[in-house]
Amino acid sequence: MKVEGLTIGFGNAAPVVEDVGFSVEPGETLALVGESGSGKTLSCRAALRILPEVAQVHSGSVVFDGSNGPVDLMGLSERAMCDIRGNRISMIFQEPMRSLSPLHRIGNQVIEVLRLHGTAKGQGAYKRVIETFERVGFADPERIYQSYPFELSGGMRQRAMIAMAVVGKPDLLIADEPTTALDVTTQAQVLGLIKEIQQDNGMAMILVTHDLGVVANLADTVTVMNRGRVMEAGPAPLVLGDPQHGYTKDLFAAAPKIPDSGEEVSREDKPDYILEMRNVSKTYTLKGKAAWHPKIHVQAVRGIEFGVERGRTLAVVGESGSGKTTCARMALGAERADPGAEILFRAKPDADTVNLQDLDTSARLAFQRQAQMVFQDPYSTLNPRMRVKDALCEPMDIHKLGTRPERVDRAAEMLRWVGLSPNMLTRYPHAFSGGQRQRLSIARALMLGPTFLVCDEPTSALDVSVQEQVLQLLEEIRDRLNLSYMFISHDLAVVARIADEVAVMREGLVVEQGPTEVLFHNPQHPYTKALLAAQPEPDINRPINLKIVAQGAGSPSTWPEAYRFDGTSVPPLTEMGLGHKVRCYA
Amino acid sequence: MAMLRFAVFRLFTMLATLVVVSVLIFIIINLPPGDYLSNQINELRATGQSSGVAKAEFLRQEYALDRPLWEQYLIWMGFAPGPHGFSGLLQGEFGWSFEFDRPVAELVGGALWLTVLVNLAAILFVYMVALPLGVIAAARAKTWIDYTSAFVGYLGLATPNFLLALILFYYGNRYLNLPIGGLMDPKFEGEPMSFEKMKSVLVHLIIPTFVIGTSGAAAMMQRLRANLLDELGKPYVETARAKGMSESRMLVKYPLRVAFNPFVADIGTLLPAMVSGSVLVSVVLGLQTIGPVLLTALKSQDLFLSAFVLMFVALLTLIGTLISDLLLALLDPRIRFGGRSS
Repeated sequence: MKVEGLTIGFGNAAPVVEDVGFSVEPGETLALVGESGSGKTLSCRAALRILPEVAQVHSGSVVFDGSNGPVDLMGLSERAMCDIRGNRISMIFQEPMRSLSPLHRIGNQVIEVLRLHGTAKGQGAYKRVIETFERVGFADPERIYQSYPFELSGGMRQRAMIAMAVVGKPDLLIADEPTTALDVTTQAQVLGLIKEIQQDNGMAMILVTHDLGVVANLADTVTVMNRGRVMEAGPAPLVLGDPQHGYTKDLFAAAPKIPDSGEEVSREDKPDYILEMRNVSKTYTLKGKAAWHPKIHVQAVRGIEFGVERGRTLAVVGESGSGKTTCARMALGAERADPGAEILFRAKPDADTVNLQDLDTSARLAFQRQAQMVFQDPYSTLNPRMRVKDALCEPMDIHKLGTRPERVDRAAEMLRWVGLSPNMLTRYPHAFSGGQRQRLSIARALMLGPTFLVCDEPTSALDVSVQEQVLQLLEEIRDRLNLSYMFISHDLAVVARIADEVAVMREGLVVEQGPTEVLFHNPQHPYTKALLAAQPEPDINRPINLKIVAQGAGSPSTWPEAYRFDGTSVPPLTEMGLGHKVRCYA
Repeated sequence: MAMLRFAVFRLFTMLATLVVVSVLIFIIINLPPGDYLSNQINELRATGQSSGVAKAEFLRQEYALDRPLWEQYLIWMGFAPGPHGFSGLLQGEFGWSFEFDRPVAELVGGALWLTVLVNLAAILFVYMVALPLGVIAAARAKTWIDYTSAFVGYLGLATPNFLLALILFYYGNRYLNLPIGGLMDPKFEGEPMSFEKMKSVLVHLIIPTFVIGTSGAAAMMQRLRANLLDELGKPYVETARAKGMSESRMLVKYPLRVAFNPFVADIGTLLPAMVSGSVLVSVVLGLQTIGPVLLTALKSQDLFLSAFVLMFVALLTLIGTLISDLLLALLDPRIRFGGRSS
C-alpha cells in the first residue's frame, strides 16, 4: 500500500493532516509514530475510508496493491470498498473492551468476516474460526466461540480482536495502538503474537503507536508524524538508532527508560516513615448469587507491610486487579482496612503518630489536610462546570481555611508553582490540554499544604513528552516542599525515574519490594523479572524476551517452586538484602 | 434452563407484588370517610324514605361492609369466607356495583376486552411508527429527514389528545368516510362475534389508535433516536465497518440491538400510561372502554367496581413489566448472566 499527498480536514477549517505519504511493502511492518492529535489514526482510517462524517479527505491517493492488482481506494465505490475492508485490509482497534459488541457471541462476530466476504461457509467457516482461535492462543477455542466479550479479560478480548482481523487472511493489517490499553506483561505477549502471525501469513502491517518501545520491537520502517505532517521516515534501525529530526530526538529524550546501572544508596538505620502500613489487609464482601447463597469474600490486599519515608517516593507497581489502588485508598483513609491492621501517619518528625484505623471526625479532617491525592484521569476529575478558581478553592472552602481573597491568592500562587499562569483562574477546564489539566489537578492537591501525596497513575493518560514534564514537576515540588509520595503505577520506566523504593504487587500480595536500584538491577522474583522484561525499550537491539515474560506473568501456581502460591499457602516475604524483600521460601 | 428459572422467579414476584398492590388499592379506596351504601342510607334517612334504608342495610350485610376493614379485604380477595362462603376475586366473583345495581363482572365484561384491544392496537401503532422513524432519524441525523420527523414528533407530543380526536373525527368522516364514535356499529352491540362485526370494530379502531398512540410514538421515537446516536459513536460500530459490513446491515445487527434495550423496557410503563391516558379520549370518542367506568366508580365511591378496575390496571402493568423483563433477559446476555460478568 502506498499513501501519497493525503490531506484531511474538518469542515472548512485548516487541514489536520497535510500532505502525508507513507508506504508499506508486503510482509513488512510500518510504524506510524506520533503523539495524540498528530493525525496518525486519521490517516489510517482515511485509507480504509472509515473517517467520521465531519472529516473530509481533500486530496491524496491511497494505492493498494493486493492480490487483485493495484487499485486507488479513494476512487472505489462504497460497495467495492466493503469488499476490501475486513477481507484484504483489516484493522485492530485500541480499546478491546469496547471494540466488540457486548451483545453478540465472540464466535458470531469473528465468523461474520468470513460470511460477509463469502470466504468460507458453514462447517468450513466454523473450522477456520476455531483454528484461528487456537492460533491466537486460546486454550479452549470452542468455549471462547460461545462466550460473550464481557466474560473475557482485556488481553483475551484483544486476542479475539486479532483473530477477527486475521481470520480472513488479509494482505494488510492496520493495528491502531493495539496494546495501549493492556498491562505490560499482556502487552508483551500480544505484541509477540502479532509478530508471529504476521510472519506466518506474510502480510503487511501498519502499526499506529505512540510508544517507541513497541516500535523497536515490531517495525521495519518508521514514519514519525507531528501535527498532521510527516517529520521523519526511514528504516527502523536508522530512525531509532540515529534520529535526525528535532522532533524525533525530543520524543526519544522524553521516553522514560529504565537506567542501565545504578549505584547503591546508603540507607539510614532507622528510617523516618511518614506513613507506615503494618499487617494491612482488605477483604471485600460481595453479595452471593441470591439472598440464600453464601456471601463471597474477595481479598483485595493481603498482609501489606511497608512505609513511605519522609521526602521520598514509594512506588507501588502491579497489573490491574493487583490491589494497588485499594492500597492507595487505604493510605488515604478513604477505605478502612480489615481489623488488626495499623496504618500509622506522622505529619512531622516530631509530631504524634496517628493510626488511620481509628480516627474521630476532627482527627480525620486534620489528617485529610496533610494527605492529598492526584488522580489518574485529568479529564474526568475536574468538574467541567467549575471554573479553575472554584475548583482550586474548594478544598479550602471545605476545610474553612482563610477568607475568600486569601483562597484566591493561594490558588494563583499554586498555579504559578505548577507552571501555569494566574490569569487562567477564570477559565473552565475544557480550555486546557491533558497535561495542563494534570497540572491543575496537582495544584488542587497542593492547596491545603499537604505533606503526603498519593499519585494514582498520574501520567498514564498523557502523551510521552507531556508525561515527562509532569514527572519533572512532581519531582521538583517534592524536593521543594519536602513532600512524600506514594506513587501508584503500572509503568516501570516511570517508576524507575521517580521512585526511591518500589513494591511490586500481584494478586493483593507484595511479591518483591526494595530500593529502586536493587529491584531494577537485581530482581529476584519471576514476576518482577517478567515485568522488567515486558517493558518495551526503544532500542532495536533489545527485543522483549517473551520466555521470561511468559514464565513470570502466568498464574502464581506456575511459578518456580520457591515462589509458588499453592492454594491459600503463600511463601513468606524473605529479606534478601538491606531492605530488599522477596516473597519466596528461603 | 436459566431462562426458565428466571421466568418462574419473575412470575412469583409478580404475584407477590399483585397481593401488595391489592392491599394498597383497598386501603386507598377506603380512605375517604364513608362508603357508597352509608352515604346512601344517610341520604335516604334525610329524605325520610325508610323503606330504601332497609334494602341498603341488607346490602351492607350481604357484602360484609359492616365488618372491620381487614376482614372486608380478606373477604373481597377470597382469602376468608364472607356471608356466602368464599366468594372473592380468587373465586372469580368480582362483587356488586351499587351505582349501576349490577354485578361488576357483567358491567365491565365487554369493556375489559375492548380496553385491552384498543390499547394493544395503540401500542402496536407506537412501535410500528417509532421503530422505523427513530432509526431513520438517527441514521440520517442532522438532515432534513431528521428535522422533519422531530418536528412532526413534537407536534404529536404537544397536541392535546382530545383535540386531535375531534379534528381527526371531523376530517376522517368528511374525506375518508370513517365512522364517528363508539367501537363498533351500534347494530352489532350485544351480537355474537362475526366477520362483519370484526370488520366494523377494526374500522372504528383506526382513529382511537392514532389518537392514543401519537404522543407515545413521538416520545418513543426521540428516545430511540438518542440511544441509537449514542451507540453509533461506540468503537464496536467502527469495528463492524472495518469488517466490511454494509452500513444498513451493520446498523441493524449492532447498534440497534443495543439501543433496543430501553425500547423494550418501555413496554412495562407504556401499558398503564395508555390505559389511564385514554380515559379522556374514551370519553370524547365515546369508546366503551373501562376508562369512563373507572371515572364514575371513583366519583361515587363504588367500592367493588373501582377496586376491580384498579386491580385490572395493576395487573396490566405487572404483565407489561413481566414481558419487558423477560424480553430484556432474552435480548441482552449481560442481564441474563448478571452475576457472571467479569
